[in-house]
Amino acid sequence: MDKYYGWGLPIDISTHGHAIDRLINLLHVFMIVMFVGWFAFFIIALVRFRQRPGHKASYETKHFKAPTYLEIGVAVFEIVLLAGFSMPVWTALKTALPDKSKAVQVRVIAQQFAWNIHYPGPDGVFGKTDPKLIDASNPIGLDRASASAADDIVTVNQLNVPVSAPVLVQLSSKDVIHSFSLQVMRIKQDAIPGQSIPVWFEAKKTGQFEIACAQLCGLGHYRMRGFFNVQEQEDFQKWLAEQAPKA
Amino acid sequence: MSHHTHAPSADHGHHGEHALPFWRKYIFSVDHKVIGVQYTVTSLLFLFFGFCLIMLLRWQLAYPGQPLPLIGQFFPETQMISGIMLPEFYYQLGAMHGTIMIFLGIVPLAVGGFGNYVLPLQIGAPDMAFPKLNMMSYWLFFIGGVIMLASFFVPGGAAQSGWTSYPPLSNIAPPGQTWWLVGMAFLINSSLLGSVNFIVTIVQLRADGLSFFRLPFFVWAQFVTSFLLLLAFPPLMAASVLQLMDRVAHTSFFMPTGLVVNDQLAQVSGGGHPVLWQHLFWFLAHPEVYVLILPAMGIVSEIIACNTRKPLYGYKALVYASIFLGFMSFIVWAHHMFLTDMGITMSAFFQVTTMIISIPSVIILTTLVLSLWGGSIRFTTPMLFALAFLPMFGIGGLTGLPLGLTASDVHLHDTYYVIGHFHYVVAPGTIFALFAGVYHWFPKVTGRRMNETLGKIHFFFSFIFMNCVFMPMFIQGLAGVLRRMYDPMQYAHAQPVQPLNEFISVSAWLLGLAQIPFIINFFGSIWRGKKVENDNPWQATTLEWTAPTPPPHGNFAHPPVVYRGPYEYSVPNARQDYTPQTAKEVL
Amino acid sequence: MSSEIRYISHPHPVTGVTNSKLGVWCFLASEIMLFGGLFSALVMLRGGSTNWPHGFEVLNVPLATLNTMVLITSSVTMVLSWASLVRKDLGKYRLYMAVTVLLGLAFLVIKSFEYGYKFEHHIYPSKSTFYAIYFTMTGLHGLHVIGGIIVNAYFLLPGSKLWHKDPEQFTGRIEAAGLYWHFVDLVWIFLFPILYLL
Repeated sequence: MDKYYGWGLPIDISTHGHAIDRLINLLHVFMIVMFVGWFAFFIIALVRFRQRPGHKASYETKHFKAPTYLEIGVAVFEIVLLAGFSMPVWTALKTALPDKSKAVQVRVIAQQFAWNIHYPGPDGVFGKTDPKLIDASNPIGLDRASASAADDIVTVNQLNVPVSAPVLVQLSSKDVIHSFSLQVMRIKQDAIPGQSIPVWFEAKKTGQFEIACAQLCGLGHYRMRGFFNVQEQEDFQKWLAEQAPKA
Repeated sequence: MSHHTHAPSADHGHHGEHALPFWRKYIFSVDHKVIGVQYTVTSLLFLFFGFCLIMLLRWQLAYPGQPLPLIGQFFPETQMISGIMLPEFYYQLGAMHGTIMIFLGIVPLAVGGFGNYVLPLQIGAPDMAFPKLNMMSYWLFFIGGVIMLASFFVPGGAAQSGWTSYPPLSNIAPPGQTWWLVGMAFLINSSLLGSVNFIVTIVQLRADGLSFFRLPFFVWAQFVTSFLLLLAFPPLMAASVLQLMDRVAHTSFFMPTGLVVNDQLAQVSGGGHPVLWQHLFWFLAHPEVYVLILPAMGIVSEIIACNTRKPLYGYKALVYASIFLGFMSFIVWAHHMFLTDMGITMSAFFQVTTMIISIPSVIILTTLVLSLWGGSIRFTTPMLFALAFLPMFGIGGLTGLPLGLTASDVHLHDTYYVIGHFHYVVAPGTIFALFAGVYHWFPKVTGRRMNETLGKIHFFFSFIFMNCVFMPMFIQGLAGVLRRMYDPMQYAHAQPVQPLNEFISVSAWLLGLAQIPFIINFFGSIWRGKKVENDNPWQATTLEWTAPTPPPHGNFAHPPVVYRGPYEYSVPNARQDYTPQTAKEVL
Repeated sequence: MSSEIRYISHPHPVTGVTNSKLGVWCFLASEIMLFGGLFSALVMLRGGSTNWPHGFEVLNVPLATLNTMVLITSSVTMVLSWASLVRKDLGKYRLYMAVTVLLGLAFLVIKSFEYGYKFEHHIYPSKSTFYAIYFTMTGLHGLHVIGGIIVNAYFLLPGSKLWHKDPEQFTGRIEAAGLYWHFVDLVWIFLFPILYLL
């Protein structure tokens, strides 16, 4: 796994992640430049104006023009970051949801302390669920009697998706607030009980990764780890077939 | 504890004070200075306690699953089993560290301690406008603190849902959470009474001639802070009441319909909104950040002006920027909630306000740095801490940028990057400023100076280890390490940077050791410190230094009259390099 | 003591208010934020709800209307008690203040009938979010009424000794207590239509 993670950003295998990484990198260059320049001024001032014999403080303050320009510059830069970098990525993530017919649809239902993954099966329709039906063997309360539920696939902590295809996740939670985090996919979204939140992504590379819970959800929060497997299309289909409920 | 720190004032034997019995004079005192010292000592103890909690927690992060040597065996089985920390205890430590540091440590020290002691002196008032209310604020704070501490001993332990207490998790948490809410109610009301008192005192009781634009910046900072406390705390009170109802009366304010906990359908009516809590909570907790930082900026400006021996650069800009900062802080709260699916328009609004609020912060920081230019800088211990505040707060501010933009926040949200960011603001930022304030005003309070050598040792080691603790957190955060993880080794992405956890933990423990010189210095100097040669050992201009040392009950021998601005240092053609605000003519 | 705290009984020449009056205004500002927080919670809960009942269908509007009248009258008598002090008439003050306290108590009695009726029918805050917010907000308002009654009763009996020492300060205190009492009244004026009529 070490090839994916190190001391820098984790590997990015998403189609949108490069924009996020570019923004993070740009921001850090900006921060370092700002800080170094500013810190240099700070040190120069400390050395040059240290108290020593023969040196007196001046009552009249030199008026600096540079800070005003600097502040305007910072403001302009922030507008550029916001309008040019942050908003486009965010808007795409939040609103440019893939077409349901083309995307791989999957429901993710978080609970203390596991990720329930729900595929609609070959018919492409999610079966009905009812919280009253939930028990240890039926973690999402799937109503197996309903027609569309017969072919549904439910796994625990195992999210498989095909590479190079948009994936549309409907994210919800049974109990408390969790946060669905796919580091390598640059995806993080709170799972809030009572809400169903769409999340989409598209993977560029295959590989075995992890789902992490990013929001404190109880004593087992730290071990709420799921497996995230990006497969070739054929492998994915084969996996789905293996998972299909036996009649 | 408070009577020890105030003992020297008895030596001076101000008449009138002896008439009061001991408990009225030092325990249930209505004198703003005694209350200020009570706040200072209590909150310093809480700061130390909160720091101890995190030093314990850091063991688990550095050496997960290994028994804590030496002291581990003394913990009960509900917390550690043969020295190995349980997740229950880990999450209690985390939640209570945050709560104690913010609500029982920094705010009461910055506002209750420094505000109470220094503010009436700086405006030339004999006391706060409502002395009895002032006493009540302290005791409400004290009771709130005791409740928080006691909650460690209730079944299931203290609150463990994070200092943010997000429901529904906090709704279903053990009883410690109820104690937390009740404790918060006391602390909120304490702050409320305090802020009313501060505002009235500043508006009504300024000395003759002390117009608003002659106020020291410290007073302005406290003024803006008081408005933040006054207006931002009540919504948290409302939220606490709602959560208390959820926990005690089984209502569903934060419980949506169809909640299933442990495969059991929750027996509640449903229909609530978990995110409602977050809105109410952050409506307080973002202004709270400025409650933590503004008094610190106030302290730092006083010390910088005094130790550069020149007026502050752009005093009015500082004032306007802090007012604007206070105002803006009410409309940025939801940038803590970008991941709650709030919609594009909302998140755009809060990103814009977040970018706007960075402007006044930049102005304040720039103003303070430019104030150094042309000065004659004395590197005293308080000045070292005040100077260190500037770059530390700068780092804290800059690293807020990637968190305030939604796109970069996606990756950094809930990682150690966030922890590094806000700790740079409040730990090496605000806490350094508070240390600076302790060293600066100690001679006024006790009549004795703190030891400079010990002070400098304290400073240099604190400075080094603070950075060793918090700088690596940015690297961890970029690598994706998530916060609030009992076992740091769970995730593959966290394993390569695990050595940093060990480094941070060791640095944190060394930071703890670095506080020993301060403790020795603080208590030693009360009795053994070098006596000040006059009432104004730093040759400062503001009013508190014209009062007797230590100031008696009622503060000034005669009501002071002010003739000039707060920072008249190095006035041309003057014989001495400072002209006090009370001086009619340039001296 | 070398100097006294100023502007306790006389208003500040620039701000035009005494300390206590300014203090009460600040306190009321924070109270507005407290109830404002609860009102916005109500809006958010109601907005997200599909089965929010109409207040007039499930709550006792006649009793609440009576209570509204009681509180408004008590605000009037509060003003009259203060006005009596301004006219230096302590006897009238006592009369009006006593009526204010009694009306406050009457409000609580009527409110307790309303609560009792609900409890008899096993309607508790946990029944629905509507009842949850209803009980929380009226309960919190009730606590404010109790607080006001305690303050007013204090000024009616032991607190009125101050009149003989410093009539101006005492009048100021009654004015400040009045501001608070009007605020409590005002909160009810908002609560009544929002909970009972909408």
